[in-house]
Amino acid sequence: MKRLTKYAGVALIVLGVLAPFIPILIWSFARRWYFPAVLPTEWSIRGWAYAFSSASRLPQALWQSLLISGVTSLLSILIGLPAGRALGLHKFRGKTLVEFLMLAPTIVPAFAVAMGIHVVFIRLGLADTMIGVILVHLVPTLPYVTLVLAGMFANYDVNYEAQARSLGATPLQTIWYVLLPSIYPGLIVAGMFAFIISWSQYILTLLIGGGRVLTLPLLLFSFASSGDNNVTAALSIIFIAPAIVLLIISARYLTGRNVSLARGN
Amino acid sequence: MLFGGGLLLALAQSFGYLPIIGKTDFSLVAWQSIFQQTEFWQSLGLTLWIGFASTVLSTVLAIVCALLLRRQFRGKKAVTFLFQLNIPIPHIVGAIGILLLFSQSGLLARLANLAGMINDPAQFPALVNDRYAIGIIAEYIWKETCFIGTIVLATLQSVGEDYENAAASLGATRWQRFRYVTLPLIMPSVLTASILVFAFAFGAFEIPFLLGRRFPSALSVLAWRSYTDTNLALRPEAMAMSLFIALVSTGMILLYMTLSRKLVRQ
Repeated sequence: MKRLTKYAGVALIVLGVLAPFIPILIWSFARRWYFPAVLPTEWSIRGWAYAFSSASRLPQALWQSLLISGVTSLLSILIGLPAGRALGLHKFRGKTLVEFLMLAPTIVPAFAVAMGIHVVFIRLGLADTMIGVILVHLVPTLPYVTLVLAGMFANYDVNYEAQARSLGATPLQTIWYVLLPSIYPGLIVAGMFAFIISWSQYILTLLIGGGRVLTLPLLLFSFASSGDNNVTAALSIIFIAPAIVLLIISARYLTGRNVSLARGN
Repeated sequence: MLFGGGLLLALAQSFGYLPIIGKTDFSLVAWQSIFQQTEFWQSLGLTLWIGFASTVLSTVLAIVCALLLRRQFRGKKAVTFLFQLNIPIPHIVGAIGILLLFSQSGLLARLANLAGMINDPAQFPALVNDRYAIGIIAEYIWKETCFIGTIVLATLQSVGEDYENAAASLGATRWQRFRYVTLPLIMPSVLTASILVFAFAFGAFEIPFLLGRRFPSALSVLAWRSYTDTNLALRPEAMAMSLFIALVSTGMILLYMTLSRKLVRQ
């Protein structure tokens, strides 16, 4: 009996997690699916075919999304690495304040910030451009990357670097052979989640991109509000694919602390 | 820099400083105006309801799930992986899934029809774009239960079962062990995780935009509507509303930092 309730509970969890994906998966292959049919009366790949045709603008959105998220996560790491190092290794006055300022953008909704920046971006000619969108995506990704890397550096011993240098390693060699190997799990997790945070942004892209910069979430929103369930469902599946791939790769590096800040929102 | 600057600029604009339309004087008109609107207070009420309902329900569910997933069973690794799967899934996709599941012609309504409970889509209760924001809350619960649950599970694993076994050998019942041993041990991580969830549910935009009603709408959606209104004079109000949301979230961070600091000290 006890065993039975345990397995029933586990089954409920699995069902609960998968529930929203079930109609998405079915709709992406449905042709005729009117109420009250529980399964489609006719199947087709129209949704997929249309999604991949140039009429849906998916190729353009996919390319721009990949470019924006790729550059955003790369920039977050390049800036976040020295910042995280300083935060993780050194004690300095006002460190609590800096930590507070780093946490703030992970919780304060980014659109409040973006509305304020918008005017300046218009004047600088950054509004409606991809560069502007990448810059505004850094607002939520950068603090996250910095905090994860600061956590990695808290357990990092700088003396290894000094040892390498005294044995004749150049600064670049020290970074390549000493620094990077010891923090790469953090780098992978931080980079991947920066990618996903940027990948999922809707309102920031819409606001700063002004509709000129088309990313996958914008395309998904427009199909979702037009009510074309087949294409919406197919696009949803394409949209979550990188999240699943990244989770599989990063699962072994994930810890509770990392997870607490990494939310695809 | 971008973040602080953006907030300061929003603050300036909420005081009516908009050089683009030739307004360079500062005033509190926008702030006074939003606090006088019934729509603002209704939106605030709805947003608080969404925040509290989703946080409380997903926290309770997360604890139950974590306690269950901690035990040994076949396929534990796969189920735990599936449980974490939700965390990086974008909220928009969750919202679309909830829409296709909960709407009056959605999968649940069809199953209810199959079971003979309803004959017509209109008989199915409105769970999406509804008065009580059930669709929105359902989406948050779906996603955040996995988030809080993963953190609780990690805490449970690092604490181990020694304390509970000791309590059991002293004759504590199952409920007593949970109430006086397990719960106090996981409470710090539960609290910090649920504060993050509340702050997110309070300020997020996409989900109430897709699954909510037009009136009253969540605070973030109301702010967005004022911002994109053709009437530029409404912009200071939009800024004031976003800053109000930012202010509440800031309070949440302070709470989060105080709590997690206590957690480190223990």
